[in-house]
Amino acid sequence: MSATTPDRAGFAARAFENRDLDGLHHAAAPDLPGILPVPKERGRITGFIYRHPTIFVGGLLVGLMIAIAIFAPYLDTRDPTALAPARRTREPSALYWFGTDMLGRDVYSRVMYGSRVSLMVGFSVAFCASILGTFIGLIAGFVRQIDAVVMRVMDGLMSIPPILLAIALMALTRASVQNVIVAISIAEFPRVSRLVRGVVLSLREQPYVEAAIASGTRVPVIIWKHILPNTLAPLMVQATFICASAMITEATLSFIGAGTPPIIPSWGNIMAEGRALWQVKPYIVFFPAIFLSITVLAVNLLGDGLRDALDPRLAKRL
Amino acid sequence: MIAERPLLEVNALKKHFPIHGGLLGQVTGNVYAVDGVTFDIRRGETLSLVGESGCGKSTVGKAILRLFKLTDGEVYLDGERIDNMLASKLRMMRKRVQVVFQDPFSSLNPRMKVRDILAEPLINFGMAHGRRDLTARVEALMDKVRLPRDAINRFPHEFSGGQRQRIGIARALAPGADLIICDEAVSALDVSVKAQIINLLADLQDELGLALLFISHDLATVEHLTHRVAVMYLGKIVELADRRTLFAESHHPYTRALLSAVPVPDPTAKRQRIILKGDVPSPINPPSGCRFHTRCPFVFDRCRSEEPVLRPVSNGHLSACHLDEVPGGQVLPTAA
Repeated sequence: MSATTPDRAGFAARAFENRDLDGLHHAAAPDLPGILPVPKERGRITGFIYRHPTIFVGGLLVGLMIAIAIFAPYLDTRDPTALAPARRTREPSALYWFGTDMLGRDVYSRVMYGSRVSLMVGFSVAFCASILGTFIGLIAGFVRQIDAVVMRVMDGLMSIPPILLAIALMALTRASVQNVIVAISIAEFPRVSRLVRGVVLSLREQPYVEAAIASGTRVPVIIWKHILPNTLAPLMVQATFICASAMITEATLSFIGAGTPPIIPSWGNIMAEGRALWQVKPYIVFFPAIFLSITVLAVNLLGDGLRDALDPRLAKRL
Repeated sequence: MIAERPLLEVNALKKHFPIHGGLLGQVTGNVYAVDGVTFDIRRGETLSLVGESGCGKSTVGKAILRLFKLTDGEVYLDGERIDNMLASKLRMMRKRVQVVFQDPFSSLNPRMKVRDILAEPLINFGMAHGRRDLTARVEALMDKVRLPRDAINRFPHEFSGGQRQRIGIARALAPGADLIICDEAVSALDVSVKAQIINLLADLQDELGLALLFISHDLATVEHLTHRVAVMYLGKIVELADRRTLFAESHHPYTRALLSAVPVPDPTAKRQRIILKGDVPSPINPPSGCRFHTRCPFVFDRCRSEEPVLRPVSNGHLSACHLDEVPGGQVLPTAA
C-alpha cells in the first residue's frame, strides 16, 4: 500500500468498502494494490518518450541531420569545393575541425554539405518508390487478371541486388543526383509493391470493405477512402527502411564512382576520395562514415519505433 | 398463382469456389459451398438461415449481395433478376439490400468517423441535399438505433461492441433498404447485448417493414425474432418451416440434432439429446446420396445412394429426408 498515490489508495479503500458490503473477498482486497502495477503520472511528452524511446531518439537524430542539411551554410562552413593545395591533408584542428583532404578542401564543410545529398536521395527515393510501389501494388491487388504477371516482373526485379541494378542504370545515364534517385527508386519500389499488394488483398476481404461495396461505393472511392488510409501505416514503416537503404546505396554508388558527380560533395564520394590516404590520414574517411552510420541508424530506429507503435502485435513488450 | 410476389426469391443458387493447385495454378477441385439453395422472403418477414460453421450460410448472404458472381441459379428482388445484372444497374439496386456483419470490430473502417461511415451510403445513392441535410439524416439514423447524436464525430474504436453493431445497423438502414442481411449479426456479442440488438432489430422491423435474412448458427437466438427458419447442411437446405412448426414438429434428423443442442434453462428437465458423431464432411468432397448420411443416427441404405429432395411434408413445411416417405413417417423419437 505504501507505493500508491493518494488517488489509488482512495480507489482501493472504496473497493474495500464495496467488498465489505457484500461480505466477500475480505482476505484478497488489501493485496490488490500491490499486485497491480502503479501507473506513474507523466506529462504528454515524457510519456511519449517513455513509451516510444526509439521514435524519440531516431526522430531527434533525423531532425538534427535535416537541420544540418538546411543550415549547412551557416554552420561556420566554407566553400566545400574551394581548392587550396597549400593547405592539403591538414590534421583536424581548431581551424579545420575535420582536417582537409588532399586537395585542401575543408572536410568539415564537405561533410556538412554532403548531408544534403544523402538526405535528399534517401527521402526522394523513399517517396518515389512508395508512390510507384503503391500504384503497382494497388493495381496488382485489385485487377486480379494481371496480378500474376505484374508480381512475377516484381520478383524478377527483386532478384537483382539493388546495388547492381542501380550501377547498371547509372551506366546508361549521366551521373547526377536526379539519376541516382531514379536508379535507386527503380531498384527499391518492387518491395513496396509487394507489401501494398499483400495489404490490399487482406483489406479487400475486410467486412467494412464488403459493406462499402454493398452500399454502392465505387471502386476508386473504396481505394481512396477504405484501402489507402489503412495501407499508410505499413507503408510509412517500409518507407523509412527504404530511405535508410537508399542512403547506403547512394554512398556505395558514389564510393565506386557511379553515383553523385565528384563536384557535388556527398558522404560516398568524400570517402572515395579519402580512400587512397586511408592509412596515413584516416579522418577523411572517418568523419563522413560516422555521419552516414548515425543517419542510417537514426532512420532505422525511427522505422522500428513506428512499426512497434503502429502495429502493436509486432511490438516486443515486457 | 396471383399471390403477391415475394420480396426476394432465391432459385437453385450455387456457389462453387475453385481450388487452384499444382505448378500452373490450374483448377484441381471445387469447394461446393452452396449447392442448390431455393427460398424466398416476403416483405417484412424474417427468415433465419441456420447451420453449423462451413455449411455455406454466409456464402448465401454474400451471393445475394453480389459480393461475388454466382456459379449458377437465379436471384430475384421484387421480381427483377439481380444475379446477372450489369454493374452500373446493380449499384442502384444495392440500395435495397443491405448487410450487417458479425464482427463489430472489422465491419467499421477504423479510420473513418461515424459521421462519414453513415454518410457514405447516403452520398453514394444521392440521398442527401447539401451538408446540413446530410448531417440531419445521419443524426436521424443515430436516433433510429438509439445512439446519442453527438457520437457522430467519434471514431469506431471509441464504442463498445454492442454500440458498434448499432452503428453497423444504422449504416444498413441508411439507404432505406427493404431487406437487411444479418450475417451472424449478434453472434459476437455477449448475452445481454445480444438481447438488446435483437430487440432493436425487431423494433426496426415493425417500424420500417424491413425484411430480414438472419444468418445464425444459434437456434436459441433465432427463436426470438424469426418468422420462418431454413436449416442448412453442407450447402443445401435440409428443412424449411415456420418457427412454430420447426421448433415443435421438425422432421429432419439434422434439425432435431440442432434442436436438442439448444440449452434449456431448467436443470431438472430430462431431454433426449441427439449427439452427432464426427464433423461436417468436407464441402470439397461432399458425401454421395444424402449429405447428412455420414452422421445421421437413422441412416439406411437408400440415404447412401440417393439424394433426398426438398419436398413439402405439410403446408409451408419442407424437408429433405427419405424418412418422410416411410409410411407413418415419424419414426423419429420426439425431442420433447
